[in-house]
Amino acid sequence: MGESKQQVHNDRLEGHIGQNNKFIMLFWQITKNSCFASSGERRQRAHKFPPSLFQCPPRFLGFPQPAATTRPTRSAAIHFRSVSRSPGADLLLPRKDVSDPKTPFAFSVSSKFGVLPSPPLEVTKFNLFERTSAFGGSMEVTQILLNAQAVDATVRKHAEESLKQFQEQNLPAFLLSLSNELANNEKPVDSRKLAGLILKNALDAKEQLRKAELVQRWLSLDVTIKSQVKSCLLHTLSSPVPDARSTASQVIAKIAGIELPQKQWTELIASLLSNIHQLQSHVKQATLETLGYICEEVSPQVVDQDQVNKILTAVVQGMNASEGSTDVRVAATRALYNALGFAQTNFSNDMERDYIMRVVCEATLSPVEKIRQAAFECLVAISSTYYDKLASYMQDIFNITAKAVREDEEPVALQAIEFWSSICDEEIDILDEYGYSADSEVPCYYFIKQALPALVPMLLETLLKQEEDQDQDEGAWNLAMAGGTCLGLVTRTVGDDIVPLVMPFIQENITKPDWRQREAATYAFGSILEGPSSDKLIPVVDTALNFMLTALTEDPNNHVKDTTAWTLGRIFEFLHGSMLEVSVITHVNCQQILTVLLQSMKDVPNVAEKACGALYFLAQGYEDSSGSPLSPFFQEIIQSLLNVTHRDDAGESRLRTAAYETLNEVVRTSTDEIAPIVTQLLPVIMMELHKTLEGQKLSSDEREKQNELQGLLCGCLQVIIQKLGASETTKYGFMQYVDQIMELFLRVFACRNATVHEEAMLAIGALAYAVGGNFIKYMQGFYPYLEMGLQNFQEYQVCAITVGVVGDLCRALEDKILPICDGIMTQLLKNLSSSQLHRSVKPPIFSCLGDIALAIGENFEKYLIYAMPMLQSAAELSSHTVATDDEMLEYANQLRNGILEAYSGILQGFKNCPKSQLLMPYAPHILQFIDALYNEKDMDDVVMKTAVGVLGDLADTLGSHASTLMNQSVASKEFLEECLSSDDPSIKESAEWAKMAISRVVSL
Amino acid sequence: MPPPEVRRSIKRSAVSDQQRRRELALLRQTQQRSDSQNRARRLASSVFTLSSSSSSDLILPDKDILTRAADSEEHEAHLDESVAPARELNVVQASKLKGREARQWFARQLMLPEWMIDIPPKLDRDWYVFARPAGNRCFVVSSNGTTISRLRNGSVLHHFPSSLPNGSRTRDSSGPASSYCVLDCIFHEPDQTYYVIDMVCWRDYSLYDCTAEFRFFWLNSKLAESGACNSPSTYHRYRFSVVPIYDCNQAGLHAAYSTSMPYTKDGVLFFNKHAHYQTGNTPLALVWKDNYCSQYFLDTDSQGLVPTQQQVVLEMQEDGKLTTSDDPPVVFGSLEVDFIQKSEFRAGNLLRFAIKDESVRVVDGKLELGDLQFISKSNRARAFADSYSKVFFQYAARHSPLKIEDIAASILPNLPDDSPIVDVEMGS
Repeated sequence: MGESKQQVHNDRLEGHIGQNNKFIMLFWQITKNSCFASSGERRQRAHKFPPSLFQCPPRFLGFPQPAATTRPTRSAAIHFRSVSRSPGADLLLPRKDVSDPKTPFAFSVSSKFGVLPSPPLEVTKFNLFERTSAFGGSMEVTQILLNAQAVDATVRKHAEESLKQFQEQNLPAFLLSLSNELANNEKPVDSRKLAGLILKNALDAKEQLRKAELVQRWLSLDVTIKSQVKSCLLHTLSSPVPDARSTASQVIAKIAGIELPQKQWTELIASLLSNIHQLQSHVKQATLETLGYICEEVSPQVVDQDQVNKILTAVVQGMNASEGSTDVRVAATRALYNALGFAQTNFSNDMERDYIMRVVCEATLSPVEKIRQAAFECLVAISSTYYDKLASYMQDIFNITAKAVREDEEPVALQAIEFWSSICDEEIDILDEYGYSADSEVPCYYFIKQALPALVPMLLETLLKQEEDQDQDEGAWNLAMAGGTCLGLVTRTVGDDIVPLVMPFIQENITKPDWRQREAATYAFGSILEGPSSDKLIPVVDTALNFMLTALTEDPNNHVKDTTAWTLGRIFEFLHGSMLEVSVITHVNCQQILTVLLQSMKDVPNVAEKACGALYFLAQGYEDSSGSPLSPFFQEIIQSLLNVTHRDDAGESRLRTAAYETLNEVVRTSTDEIAPIVTQLLPVIMMELHKTLEGQKLSSDEREKQNELQGLLCGCLQVIIQKLGASETTKYGFMQYVDQIMELFLRVFACRNATVHEEAMLAIGALAYAVGGNFIKYMQGFYPYLEMGLQNFQEYQVCAITVGVVGDLCRALEDKILPICDGIMTQLLKNLSSSQLHRSVKPPIFSCLGDIALAIGENFEKYLIYAMPMLQSAAELSSHTVATDDEMLEYANQLRNGILEAYSGILQGFKNCPKSQLLMPYAPHILQFIDALYNEKDMDDVVMKTAVGVLGDLADTLGSHASTLMNQSVASKEFLEECLSSDDPSIKESAEWAKMAISRVVSL
Repeated sequence: MPPPEVRRSIKRSAVSDQQRRRELALLRQTQQRSDSQNRARRLASSVFTLSSSSSSDLILPDKDILTRAADSEEHEAHLDESVAPARELNVVQASKLKGREARQWFARQLMLPEWMIDIPPKLDRDWYVFARPAGNRCFVVSSNGTTISRLRNGSVLHHFPSSLPNGSRTRDSSGPASSYCVLDCIFHEPDQTYYVIDMVCWRDYSLYDCTAEFRFFWLNSKLAESGACNSPSTYHRYRFSVVPIYDCNQAGLHAAYSTSMPYTKDGVLFFNKHAHYQTGNTPLALVWKDNYCSQYFLDTDSQGLVPTQQQVVLEMQEDGKLTTSDDPPVVFGSLEVDFIQKSEFRAGNLLRFAIKDESVRVVDGKLELGDLQFISKSNRARAFADSYSKVFFQYAARHSPLKIEDIAASILPNLPDDSPIVDVEMGS
């Protein structure tokens, strides 16, 4: 999940701009959001700080200069950890002068990172204007590059064709020409930029396989060509044209990303840094930008500490207030953001850390907004990467952030709030781990708890800075929203303590004539509902509930109503449900609540959407409870929600989506007595889906809308099918519709040319499971789409869901699935060996092999020679994965689980048939795999459960032969023992089964 | 360092409904995969091991056996003792049988220890020993929300609620509604307790093909977990209890033989650690008793008195031969044709005879009975004739009983260790 989220995020950021512009893109986004907010008052606010607070510039060749430090006056309310304030602690820091009144930061300063820089390396000589024969003259190149950006499509197409040809005919010459073009200051900026972009695209691609190809292609190029290209790029860094420099920076980073891990171009960083302080400022700026991109491109392991020291020295020096050029300081601050990940060692050194922190904090006070913003971004990054190193800086950071939140421009203020949100994230994670194991790698410093008395008033102030119409804007992000979000995180971090700090604000503002005050009070209330104990909240909510219900119907302001409906939803989400001992909802007030919500669903779209959301959680709270008070109103609820979906303005504020989501939840949580009404709903939704299929010759806009609506309706059908299919009695009622439902789904598929509809696919999985063996009659019509889904590498979610549907079909059809197995197996094996398919789909494919084997039993024989070697090599790969991070380990474990499920299915599939002996040759490897997993010691619980089950399957299917093998494996015995004494009941159960299966085949 | 993710506003929900649907679908699929996996695992393996061979190419079409065995009583009679796979599902199906059919089916389900007439080698290494509680041996099945105990002859002893898996109609969170379990017990009247001496199925998993070592391990770890060892309550009418089981070394033997137990003892049972649960007579479980550890050392008659002459119960065959319950049966004599006609006995009738001591011979270690004196038809409740080992044991008991000292002597710690033992048990 994390993987895909990140991917989506990156995709969104990259857009048409390309990866290296992520940074710029991000800035752009934030600026865009803030353009609503900038007020004249803020613009006028001048910075009261002198340009440089620190009179001692860092010295890199000698001992650290004594720092001038003193403490600012603190607001009396704040009491931070006193480590840095106690006299004893003071001794730990090389603070010599504590009386300089100009220095606002308490921590001491060192100016040197690691050892001295080595002498400058010889700068490579290159011939900038060398002409290449294959690609014509440089004028010609220029013209083609310009033509490729022409408005006239024919001209453009022709130019693109030429470029492609040149590239195919003579790649080295092509790359060289492009780098010459980029380096040539006499060329037009547009041709230079495109030359750089094409170079960059020749080195990197989003898609993994393509990327690997490009890397190999570059590495296999002639060394002379490569060094000529690199020379041109380095040369471009000193160009007077900013776009050329910036483009060159990105290309250099791409090459560094390829070569540094190969221990090539080792002189790059040294040569960039060799004479950095002698450079003209525009060159210095480009060099720092390049260093930043390099840090973003390569992993910290690739750069040795010596070079890290040099990078940090240069970057921090560039950030120093004594640096005259603003551009240099901006570039340096942004570069530091990327370089922070490299600074592990430096952050472990008190003096160096103090120095970096001082420089960053100083930059947050820069007169230049861009620098302040970048500096706060650095602080945010530090808060998550170096949480455990922050104790002695928190007091100062609080002062800085509080000032920024109250006084600075919105983009800066947002980052300052983000710092606290990020600290909350860290502490929530740590406390979460405490909850599981009373232990965490990083201890919790309770920064939030300590800052609470000052932090909460600061956040509450932000809530009053709403924008008009922010609720209608999907992408809106402003001070009030960030402040409320942070308040919510603070609440999750500290729990009960927040309530007395926020209640006075709510009470004071909730009845004020100014809508901003009423909205802020309501928003504050909604934000503190997740985290505190229900004991603490229920009395408050009990008194507030009626007020909220009245406000939702009677408040004249839409913002207030919007936030009120949202707050009600939060109340139902966290303080109502069968899990809770006391619920704020009773049979008495439930009906009143329902009346208000159904009424609000007729309000303006954004309020109606929130009312749907509240109903969603109201219904969810009655899951698993018998006799929901909503049952008598079920018909009315459904009708109201359907009415919402038919509103003309249902397209606004994602109202239609919210209505269907709520309808789904109401159906999903309904009790069995409601089944007849759900059965009646089925043809209604089918009719809606039918209507979407009637439109002819749609515009692309209409097609997108049709597609979205079909998605919602298929989703709804999926929920209904799953509900009615779950029990024999309710299943009967919907069986009569199955033919028509299936026909509809096939027509939804047919609406598209090349891809299949994900929602329809999900729904078919549920349908197949409900229908069982009779589903076979739909297979002929469905099979082409199934195959299409399996081939959809582009939308890998669709592929993954289709793989899951194959599993559903296996369980529904059992051995009747045999006739289509050849086709499915061919595709699945193809998918497994493809490097184009998103890796997250591969574990489910392995599991799916197990589903197939279990369904068709010994008929799986013919696939063994293909499937087993593939499982074997994947097993080897996954058991020896050195997981560098959690995400990698998680993936390795998903892969292992998939492989083991495949083995399990195959072994069980062959049980009780003479052909089971065919599996004997594979048994040693399966055991070795389990041995290896056991020895690696990084299996998660799911893998453990599956692995120990496979031990049992081996014995169960292969009998005493397996037990002989198992006797030779030490690990499997220990592993079994370990699983038998596991605390996890599912591991234990699986282990007990294995132990039993093994003991059954042990002979006298 | 990757660019920071854009923070999600607290007013926007974390998960889209589509994402939730995807996750629920995935959850459903994972659950169903695990269900079918478990179903497959619960189908007993066809690879089974006979006591002496470890051959795994003996593969039986077990589905046929299942249907056959369930079809009719006639087929049940053919049920081979070694066809373990058939039994597991039979227990479920047999629970639905009624009356005589049920009795006949259940009468064949217990593992019947032979009487110890000589001491098996390596007693200390390969055997367990425990004191047999006095009382009725019974087969206890919990399923469908009820528990039924049946005596050796298959008739119902108790029909009651219990805390065994699915043994009562309480909402049991510990397993699926279809779950069941099968125990081999002795019902001990004085404290109204079922002493469990073996576990045959537990929560749908068959233990027939597991070694005694494993079954006892399982019994000890599982029974208490279920709450069946708790004091009686509304939904748990009788207490269940395990018996202390010892390795058959000097200390173990002593403990089983002479330590006082919470129950009245009726002899001592020896179980071979590696033996599977085998229905019918088996030499891999042995019973032994003397006057010290049992009130019933010598067989009593219907009045509860020890008759002067040893009595045996034998089964009359078609041709008039009188046989034991062993498989194959041992012939101890035969009836005259005119006697049979006169008495209207039919094949399969169990008849009680007295034997004259002086007519008994032991030839090559085999017992031969000379003159059999017909006494009566046996008690109707009786399902089987005596086994050969029982007749022999009772004979020896009256003349030269196997004494506890003899057994203890066979397991003296200084006995030479002549054959290395290969321990094939995993994790034991």
